[in-house]
Amino acid sequence: MVCIVLRMSIGHTLLGLLESGPRHGYDLKRAFDEKFGHDKPLHYGQVYSTMSRLLKNGLVEVDGIEAGEGPERKRYAITEAGITDVQRWLATPEKPEPYLQSTLYTKVVLALLTHRDAADILDTQRAEHLRLMRILTDRKRRGDLADQLICDHALFHLEADLRWLELTSARLGKLAKEVLPG
Amino acid sequence: MTPAGSLLTADGLRKVYGPTTALDGADFSIHPGEIVAVMGPSGSGKSTLLHCLAGIVRPDAGEITYNGQRLTDMNDTALSALRRSEFGFVFQFGQLVPELTCVENVALPLRLNGAKRKDAERTALTWMERLEVDDVRDKRPGQASGGQGQRVAVARALVTSPRVLFADEPTGALDSLNGERVMELLTDAARSTNAAVVLVTHETRVAAYSDREIVVRDGKSRDMERLV
Ligand SMILES: Nc1ncnc2c1ncn2[C@@H]1O[C@H](COP(=O)(O)OP(=O)(O)OP(=O)(O)O)[C@@H](O)[C@H]1O
Ligand SMILES: [Mg+2]
Repeated sequence: MVCIVLRMSIGHTLLGLLESGPRHGYDLKRAFDEKFGHDKPLHYGQVYSTMSRLLKNGLVEVDGIEAGEGPERKRYAITEAGITDVQRWLATPEKPEPYLQSTLYTKVVLALLTHRDAADILDTQRAEHLRLMRILTDRKRRGDLADQLICDHALFHLEADLRWLELTSARLGKLAKEVLPG
Repeated sequence: MTPAGSLLTADGLRKVYGPTTALDGADFSIHPGEIVAVMGPSGSGKSTLLHCLAGIVRPDAGEITYNGQRLTDMNDTALSALRRSEFGFVFQFGQLVPELTCVENVALPLRLNGAKRKDAERTALTWMERLEVDDVRDKRPGQASGGQGQRVAVARALVTSPRVLFADEPTGALDSLNGERVMELLTDAARSTNAAVVLVTHETRVAAYSDREIVVRDGKSRDMERLV
């Protein structure tokens, strides 16, 4: 049940970056790498395959094409459906599991960049984590020693996530200053 | 606004200590038999909220209703009578009387309510058995371990069959294993008597024994249930 997956929704992140205004593909990649790609910059190929998927789904539209060759000349703008999609993604808590930090960090930064309520995202996640911790605690109480040990392992990891959530909510003001321009 | 069927509610509590606003419009409600965790950063007002709910501290503004009675309208004598008959308390440290044995400590609330020594100690012992500390009955608190002492304190808090148990960091001084054992026994005992529990804790693994949590930040409360 507790699996180690590093999931990061590149599509939602790029969409979120478009909320502040239309951008070219190369500009999107640069913004992504600067804010979220610390250890893993995006390949151009990822950007264009993601953008063509978003285009097909009506979440972005082409806002203009510069003269010249190559896909990086396209300028993308987010659509209403795209904004709704970002909103839904931000408001939905992640399934609690260890190593969520990169997704949660991305959500929090995007919320700050798009002037949404980042504290709300953290609290929603916190409630979801605690909900799973209650289920595990209950299972532990009814189970044998093996159940107890397995549940405890998951519980300690979820607890670590929760500490991070709490600490991050206490530091939102500071984080906002760092990520917001000006 | 009093949620239907709730036993204890607070609305818009404010409490100021000199320059410090400890509570700034905090709300709370609990149903009979419900276990509610109160979480939040250090200094956010959790203990102040608990003290107000239990009638130990009077809020500067706001309303507290217990079972249809307004605590804010009651005088000190009525409040302490209410505390003795309806509430139980467990704190982090130093709540047992060091000169008495553990069984005498557990029996104390019954003795204060007028019970005979023998009857009080018999009832006390059944609670100590339930919390698995009957073996330290004749020891003084100083001779019991921290985990045992805490379970003796839980037995003492429950011996009068309170309708509400107030617990402020009951496992704060214990390691994980002992802390969890205290929580298991405390919640089992509370459930079996349908006592409501107001559980202040900063440990999420302890809060996971609750039915619901509220988070207090800067003296304001947030009901986390509404978010899921
Ligand atoms: N009797 C008092 N006199 C003066 N200030 C007080 C008093 N009680 C509490 N305070 C202040 O009110 C604020 C809230 O305190 P409270 O004890 O309720 O916090 P808490 O959330 O229980 O913190 P902790 O997790 O550290 O126990 C703090 O700033 C504290 O210093
Ligand atoms: Mg406190």
